[in-house]
Amino acid sequence: MAWDYTDKVKEYYRHPKNVGEVEAPDAVGEVGSIVCGDALRLTLKVDPETKIITDAKFQTFGCGSAIASSSALTEMILGKSLDDAAQVTNQQIADFLGGLPPEKMHCSVMGMDALEAAIADYRGEEHKHTDEDEGKIVCHCFGITDKYIERAIRDNKLTSVEDVTNYTKAGGGCGSCHDEIESILFRVRSEQAKEAKEHGETPRKKKRMSTLQKIKLIEETIDQEIRPALQQDGGDLDLIDVEGNEVIVAFRGFCSGCVASHLTLEGIQMKLREVVLPDLVVVEDRDEQL
Amino acid sequence: MRTVYLDNNATTKVADEVIDAMMPYLKEEWGNPSSMHDFGGHVKQAVEEARAAVAGLLGAKDLSEIIFTSCGSESDNTAILSALQAQPDKKHVITTRVEHPAVLAVCQYLERKGYRITYLGVDNQGLLDLDELERNITSDTALITTMWANNETGVIFPVEEIGAIARRHGVLFHTDAVQVAGKLKIDMKNTPVDMLSISGHKFHAPKGVGALYVRHGVSFRPFLRGGHQERGRRGGTEAVPNVVALGKAAELAGAHIEDEQSRVGRLRDRLEQGIVESIPHLRINGHRKIRLPSTTNISFEFVEGEAILLLLSDHGIAASSGSACSSGSLEPSHVLRAMGVPYTYAHGSIRFSLSRYNTDEDIDYTLEQLPPIIARLREISPFYKKEHPMPQDTRGMTNRQTAR
Repeated sequence: MAWDYTDKVKEYYRHPKNVGEVEAPDAVGEVGSIVCGDALRLTLKVDPETKIITDAKFQTFGCGSAIASSSALTEMILGKSLDDAAQVTNQQIADFLGGLPPEKMHCSVMGMDALEAAIADYRGEEHKHTDEDEGKIVCHCFGITDKYIERAIRDNKLTSVEDVTNYTKAGGGCGSCHDEIESILFRVRSEQAKEAKEHGETPRKKKRMSTLQKIKLIEETIDQEIRPALQQDGGDLDLIDVEGNEVIVAFRGFCSGCVASHLTLEGIQMKLREVVLPDLVVVEDRDEQL
Repeated sequence: MRTVYLDNNATTKVADEVIDAMMPYLKEEWGNPSSMHDFGGHVKQAVEEARAAVAGLLGAKDLSEIIFTSCGSESDNTAILSALQAQPDKKHVITTRVEHPAVLAVCQYLERKGYRITYLGVDNQGLLDLDELERNITSDTALITTMWANNETGVIFPVEEIGAIARRHGVLFHTDAVQVAGKLKIDMKNTPVDMLSISGHKFHAPKGVGALYVRHGVSFRPFLRGGHQERGRRGGTEAVPNVVALGKAAELAGAHIEDEQSRVGRLRDRLEQGIVESIPHLRINGHRKIRLPSTTNISFEFVEGEAILLLLSDHGIAASSGSACSSGSLEPSHVLRAMGVPYTYAHGSIRFSLSRYNTDEDIDYTLEQLPPIIARLREISPFYKKEHPMPQDTRGMTNRQTAR
């Protein structure tokens, strides 16, 4: 499929800057593998006095956006102190390139990971990453742990399994870990909501809306945010009724009778609570079940 | 800039003759073939002429064996679901791991509906084990559905032999011949296939039209229910301009079939040979002999397919890849994985697929442009050291830091 790459992404994969390996590097960061489909080796020269990055070069195995993200990263950190460089996020790499297609965000995450690995290498620390971060492997296809997924969810405010796949690749292989990712999403988002509350951030004011407004907003949320994700997996969802705070839905296609539908239900409830009202309860229409 | 189109397994240029043939049915002859008046009458005749042309290309015995559809996927869906609905007591289907999604997705859907599906594997050349196929047939087997030629590698399955096995056991046999129509001679009169799918845009008709061959006497259930069109086997007013186009494309395909096999085959061989001679560290995916004359699938080690495609595209060359990034998923091609192609190669696979519109100049230009692109990407790749290729066991990087 043809990706919607920005001109800057195209410029950077056509004419990447800082390709290669710095001589006698002070720091090396390597992430990814040829099996996973992308890998990045970042080498840095660091001024021992000022801790400023005086040279940065990369070698990348990967698609156009992986090459562009790697090259962009070297441009962004050149001349920065290690402390400043450590603040660079994957979102900033994507922004530098004028944005990346959502499915390619993991390329920018790879850049950030390589940078972290290189800085840890320089400081003689052990870089904890994916399968080594003492977490439990969730996605066996790509060796991604629950801790890594959690962090991506927190850092990038991810809300769906598709988001998690786009940023971490987790769930992008056989798909058997989707339920587990859904559970992690649910847990992390609940924790985040709780933390926000404890930090004295005012919880969202209970909106007052008419029943009609409420149903309309629920319908819109299902149409725009929930249905497309379900349809990708060959499923679908119908809104049957709204009674008070109870939203009654029926699954269609692959979702109907799917063992994981209670997890999908949790996800839908999370989304609707976030967008519409925090006290909504989503239930499956029992009569509709085969 | 020169443009070279080598992605004909994805879609093909619409032939000028085809456009000329279909235009009157957009502009003047817009009647409904089902109408009683002359507006419809003329059009009905054109539809039947197209049917005769398609029947001719497929070597069908009877015009009634051809059903027009909207695409290859519709033909596949129709054939599979029809076979199962016509035999409601049988709950088992045999297919292969390397099918097109139009078949695989239907089988996965059926699995969820309680059917048992056997997905036959292939060997590292992409070939089936027919003994294994036969061993898997039970009294519960309703259908065998396998492709005739693979869209990614061009590898050809022995449909005559599969059909003979199916006949012996009284099992229906459907084949997706989307990549074969116009490239290999099809003679349904003498091939034991019950249903066969084709798609117009793979042989120079426009997108949006296909056909399903259903052998006379095979019981059939429609997929699209509606009017009495196609003798009640496919509801919906005929897409007359597209159907006429399919007929014309079928006629042209029949006339060019020798050319496809000899001249196009020679071009493909020259391209493949030229690449093998000028670029190290590669492998050809799929059996070198038992495949379509128009297709070659080549994996370049140490580099990723999407990056190759993007740089080729910058030079006006269109091809496709089985790499993860270009497939829109994160895993490389299911076909290459089924063949056991190592990941180190699967991510760097490129498919070149030719048609009768390709020329010697196209091949020269591609052979000129490709090697420097691969070399450039290998220079960027952390896995490639030009002078000293790394030994196999240390090639895969880990997430560990480099020990220095």
